[in-house]
Amino acid sequence: MAFDPPASNEPTIPAHDTMAASVHDVVDGIYRDESRRVLATLIRLLGDFDRAEEALHDAFEAALRTWPRDGVPNNPRSWLISAGRFRAIDRIRRRSKLDDSRAEAEIIHQMNLETPDGADWADSLDDDSGLVDDRLRLIFTCCHPALSSDARIALTLREVCGLTTEEIAHAFLVRTPTLAQRIVRAKAKIRDAGIPYEVPARAELAERLDTVLHVVYLVFNEGYSASTGDSLTRPDMSDEAIRLGRLLVELLTEPEVEGLLALMLLHEARRPARTTPDGALVLLEDQDRSLWDAEGIAEGSERVERALSSGRFGPFTLQAAIAAVHAEAPSVRDTDWAQIVGLYDLLHRVDPSPVVALNRAVAVAMRDGPAAGLVAVDELLEAGELADYYLAHAARADLCRRLGRDAEATISYRRAVALTNETSQRTFLQTRLAEVSSRATPGVKNNG
Amino acid sequence: MRYACLVYIDETKLDTLSDAERVHLRRESIACEDDLRRSGHLVAAESFESVRAATTVRVREGRPITVDGPATQSDEQLSRLLVVEARDLNEALRLAGKLPSVRLGSIEIRPLRSARGNAGVDDG
Repeated sequence: MAFDPPASNEPTIPAHDTMAASVHDVVDGIYRDESRRVLATLIRLLGDFDRAEEALHDAFEAALRTWPRDGVPNNPRSWLISAGRFRAIDRIRRRSKLDDSRAEAEIIHQMNLETPDGADWADSLDDDSGLVDDRLRLIFTCCHPALSSDARIALTLREVCGLTTEEIAHAFLVRTPTLAQRIVRAKAKIRDAGIPYEVPARAELAERLDTVLHVVYLVFNEGYSASTGDSLTRPDMSDEAIRLGRLLVELLTEPEVEGLLALMLLHEARRPARTTPDGALVLLEDQDRSLWDAEGIAEGSERVERALSSGRFGPFTLQAAIAAVHAEAPSVRDTDWAQIVGLYDLLHRVDPSPVVALNRAVAVAMRDGPAAGLVAVDELLEAGELADYYLAHAARADLCRRLGRDAEATISYRRAVALTNETSQRTFLQTRLAEVSSRATPGVKNNG
Repeated sequence: MRYACLVYIDETKLDTLSDAERVHLRRESIACEDDLRRSGHLVAAESFESVRAATTVRVREGRPITVDGPATQSDEQLSRLLVVEARDLNEALRLAGKLPSVRLGSIEIRPLRSARGNAGVDDG
């Protein structure tokens, strides 16, 4: 059955002004810019991810078929939502058994597919009226804490970002069928456990937003730790994460969201200087700051200012503030380490993790000298939580090295090497180990 | 005395039953529970949705922790059973989060099969 667009008084661009080839381009462009938003609304209208995806596909198919003939509608998004909805009803009717018209009516009714009163209908279609953007519903649903972390990431990348299953699988070094199963299971959980398609109530917003931000940051770090060698075949997750961050900032006015975006921008801006072309680590003090992306730093800094001006200091905002101090400094020596320590003090208050405490200790060493830093690091190691964390031992080793305590540095570097499998880190640590152990026991060959 | 009879089954075993086996099992279970009803022994019977639909909530240090999956803690034992009516999982989580035991232990929230799908055991 051929789909005909709903009769409407909507003005359209006259057909004779539109050539079929350029209509194709227009549709491509609309797909790129609007398909996620259309999908988000269709999920709300149809109450089901898979039905909505089918409907989205159908809608764009219909657009390609009819727009060359009828012209591109003035509100393509509304047209597509309408088209998707009509096709979805169509499909239900065709799939339901002949004797089950009651069940069919029930499904259609449940989905709110019956045409509501005029005003409701307009509101439900297009949320420029100031009602909740459906993409926000989609993001909060995909990032629901009742889903496993892996599921949240996969589902968000697929439904919100529009990546294909293959692309996501590739990025996370997982087999495509495995990733596909993960997504199927996630959708099943949403359906079977009754996870509603909604933005959380005020009371739960902070906690739920936290989950969303962590999903985005996980995606960012996945891209961030990807080795340069593989970047040709692995899609850039850092870019996706930043894109997600921008979307969230657009949809929500919450300082932490701005803080997260700032953090990602500031990290990303400094990425080119962090490794050599072969993927070897470059220490902060040796980094060529001219390789930093000035625009990214400017934007990141601006956003941090804005987030901080709210007077609410969430963990992402504070981490971004720390990154901004680094990014604005001309060199390690001229970095405002006192300010960084102060920021870590604040960060530790909202996120009292031992890793934060460790980073603070490293900053203390920069502000007050290695001896002071060593006291702080040793306190942490004594407390026990960081015993298996290679960076704690690497930090201790480095401080001992700077104090000329090479024998102790040797022990700590050995411990650090034993605790990490990451190639560039190991290589770097082993080099340091060789240095200090040969000083500790000169004339004796040390294999480290 | 009242007793709770908590049925534990390996879901993968159920998944491998043939349609005929499944129907047969269902009929047997319905018949058995009907007997129990008639004899006045049965107080309540419910079927759980798959464990894949389970969510567990805890509150530690004042912060709610919600995770995907069942409450599998070897150091905790089944202690109470509540059946609640809730609009959706968010509401169920909100309700469960108010129970004092959420601070001491874990509360697994699993949807129950609707009345129609409830007859007998594990209709697959």
